Amino acid sequence: MSNEITKFEIFMIGVGGQGIGLLSEILIRAVDYSGQVCVGVDTHGLAQRGGIVSSHLKIGNVNSPLVTPGNVDLVLALERHEAARGMNYLKDGGILTYYDTSWQPLAVRLGRTSEISDEEIETTAKERHIRVYRVFKELPDVRMQNIALLGTVAKYELIPKVNVHHYMQAMEDLMSPKILEENKRIFLEIVEVE
Amino acid sequence: MKNLGDMLVSTGPFSEVVIGNQAIVRAMIESGVRVVTSYPGSPTPEIAEAIKAIPAERNPMYFEFSTNEKVALEVAFGAALNGFTSCVFFKSVGMNVVADSFVQLSMMEIPGGMVVVVGDDPGANSSQNEQDNRHYARLSYTPMFEPKDAQEVYTMFKEAAEQAKSLRSAVILRLTTHTAHFKQKVKFGEYLPQQLGKPIFAPSQLGPYVPIGENVPIMKWRAIKRLQTWLEISEKYAYVSSTGNRTGVITAGLPYLSLLDVLGENANKTDILRLGMVYPLPRQAIIDFLKSHEEVKVLEELDDFIEEKVKAIAYEESIHTKIMGKLDLEDWMGEYTPEKVRNVMAKVWPQLVLNVSSTLSENNRMRTIPRSPQLCPGCGHRPVFYTLSKILAKDDISVADIGCHTLGFLEPYKVGQVLLSMGHSVGTGAGLSIFNNDRKVVAFLGDSTFFHAGIPGIINAVYNNHNLTLVIMENGTTAMTGHQDHPGKKIKIRTVLESLGVKHIWEVDTYQIDKLEETLKEVLATKEFNVVIARHPCMLKFTRERRHRGIVKVPQMKVTNRCTLANVCITKFACPSFQKDKNGNVFVHEDLCIGDGSCSSVCPSNALEIEKFGGDQK
Repeated sequence: MSNEITKFEIFMIGVGGQGIGLLSEILIRAVDYSGQVCVGVDTHGLAQRGGIVSSHLKIGNVNSPLVTPGNVDLVLALERHEAARGMNYLKDGGILTYYDTSWQPLAVRLGRTSEISDEEIETTAKERHIRVYRVFKELPDVRMQNIALLGTVAKYELIPKVNVHHYMQAMEDLMSPKILEENKRIFLEIVEVE
Repeated sequence: MKNLGDMLVSTGPFSEVVIGNQAIVRAMIESGVRVVTSYPGSPTPEIAEAIKAIPAERNPMYFEFSTNEKVALEVAFGAALNGFTSCVFFKSVGMNVVADSFVQLSMMEIPGGMVVVVGDDPGANSSQNEQDNRHYARLSYTPMFEPKDAQEVYTMFKEAAEQAKSLRSAVILRLTTHTAHFKQKVKFGEYLPQQLGKPIFAPSQLGPYVPIGENVPIMKWRAIKRLQTWLEISEKYAYVSSTGNRTGVITAGLPYLSLLDVLGENANKTDILRLGMVYPLPRQAIIDFLKSHEEVKVLEELDDFIEEKVKAIAYEESIHTKIMGKLDLEDWMGEYTPEKVRNVMAKVWPQLVLNVSSTLSENNRMRTIPRSPQLCPGCGHRPVFYTLSKILAKDDISVADIGCHTLGFLEPYKVGQVLLSMGHSVGTGAGLSIFNNDRKVVAFLGDSTFFHAGIPGIINAVYNNHNLTLVIMENGTTAMTGHQDHPGKKIKIRTVLESLGVKHIWEVDTYQIDKLEETLKEVLATKEFNVVIARHPCMLKFTRERRHRGIVKVPQMKVTNRCTLANVCITKFACPSFQKDKNGNVFVHEDLCIGDGSCSSVCPSNALEIEKFGGDQK
């Protein structure tokens, strides 16, 4: 029983239009292929109009698909300001993986507050023993940022018992052959890089 | 690639990772539903997307987006009168739109059976309130099921449809935002295609169907009599987790799962009665549960619907169990997430739920910056709000309506100061214009909402000579809910307005900002009811379609060295593509700009230029 996980909570967050929906769909299917029980839910309200989009995924002995702030094991963020928001869901010692782009909220653009920096995230992460993976890659299409993030999750096996093969199977379920080919290439570039 | 549409009509049993809204479509297919209608609204639109994914030649169901929820309900009702099992689905506040016809259904014999799927929205994720539609079940004597997860959305729909058919009635399946979107692997059963029957409407056998005069008591009797049968069915949907504890919780739906998460290892320290049907409530199960516990907590999201009935039953049966329902105003608010349920339960039995301590404290919280939804880059509504925020006087009044254009009320435009419901704007605007000679009134309406509920207000404004300006924000689609088509595809708004007798109609493409400003100024100066059709196709839809054609990179707007940091592009026009670098200079974010050029004339120093690289390329 010792290496059985009883519970693993994942929280995904980004801005409307960044592809959280596809990312969460790939993850839940990959977890399913790994033979683990899981439930999830996307929350998107008005969010596809540039607001916050988030998605919850819970693995193991769980009931509600909604995570509890402070209990989350892994946060995946597609944007830096949302990574900051996501950190407040993590438990101490959790993992933050974020794609390092900044889509400035209005208050930043209006100069009322400063943009959140990578350093700020690092500082809080250190205090709370959070492991941080910062992802950035030149991409042929901004809509592939989610796949770059997925590649990092796969490369470091950040979700217990879910391996590269499971993620590939999930992507095959969800993408047409042409889209799949492009996304697989980006995904594998990240997984295979030293 | 797996194809959802093919899976939904496959014959064999199968399991698949789906959301509640997709699971429900398989339930329709297996149940022999033939007619499905809707008006788009979150959290239900994915039901329509799943239906539309089914290959047309293999789809046993007729589907339509109707003009509004009420029409959708009536179409589904008519079809079910003919013996075709039907389903209508809509969002929470859609219930108010259907109400006039819906409240009649329980008095009717509906041979096909009819399932009304309503998507409630605790937390108001995408609605103007968090109304609790369980009240409508009681109001209309209509039974209501409430599933807890995607698997149960599927099984309960099937059972509800079966009962609806055999009792010739309508039944409600109440989803909430997070059961509609609940994602899990769902086990599906077999689909045995059936022959389509003949239309069987037979008023002489199953009537009366006209509730007038002496028919009314006959028909009402029918409704409340049938409720007796539903009460027996409801008992079968009462699930008791365990027995023997001193305390118990009565709950339903998704809050039940939150409770289990919060209890964790303490789950065996209290008994739980979960109600699969929330109307009518299973009286006997509640009596038994109350009698076998000293203290009972009623844990329910939104209103005290179950609590009141449980207390009434206890009174009638002289049961002296301590019953705790809503304890303070907070208990009435928001979605019952695990976090919320922990707070609610901690007020009753803290030792049961406070076993998990959060490691997060105020000291180590990360700084966060609010992020409101906003109009997309290139949105055709933006120039209208930009222009109006410039030309409206401080005291002038602007009336918002439902749609993407509601977002005009946010900073920096602040155009749209009051909102009730779909299509309210013309009526509310008319009222604001009475005894008001100085403050101009501008109302907004989307094109889908124009057809949905906007027309009566317009007729009223013409008939009663109201003095206001209506701006119809025509983007050619139902954008907010995911780009569903609407009657505007066939019926021209201008033609409707003309035939209604609207004397002054102006049309302008919103990207022509100079003309837009000129038009709006002219219109606002006239003292009569007049309409501006402010038109530009939805650019989110346009860019998605462009991407599907393989066009990913397009020439984008650039800020040239003519920029004098007037910041109009950020502070007034506020396209999210304009951002500030570390030195305070404005730049165009390449992830965001769609190269639309709608901003090109807003810069006072003419510093914005579209980049040149010889047209579209991959």
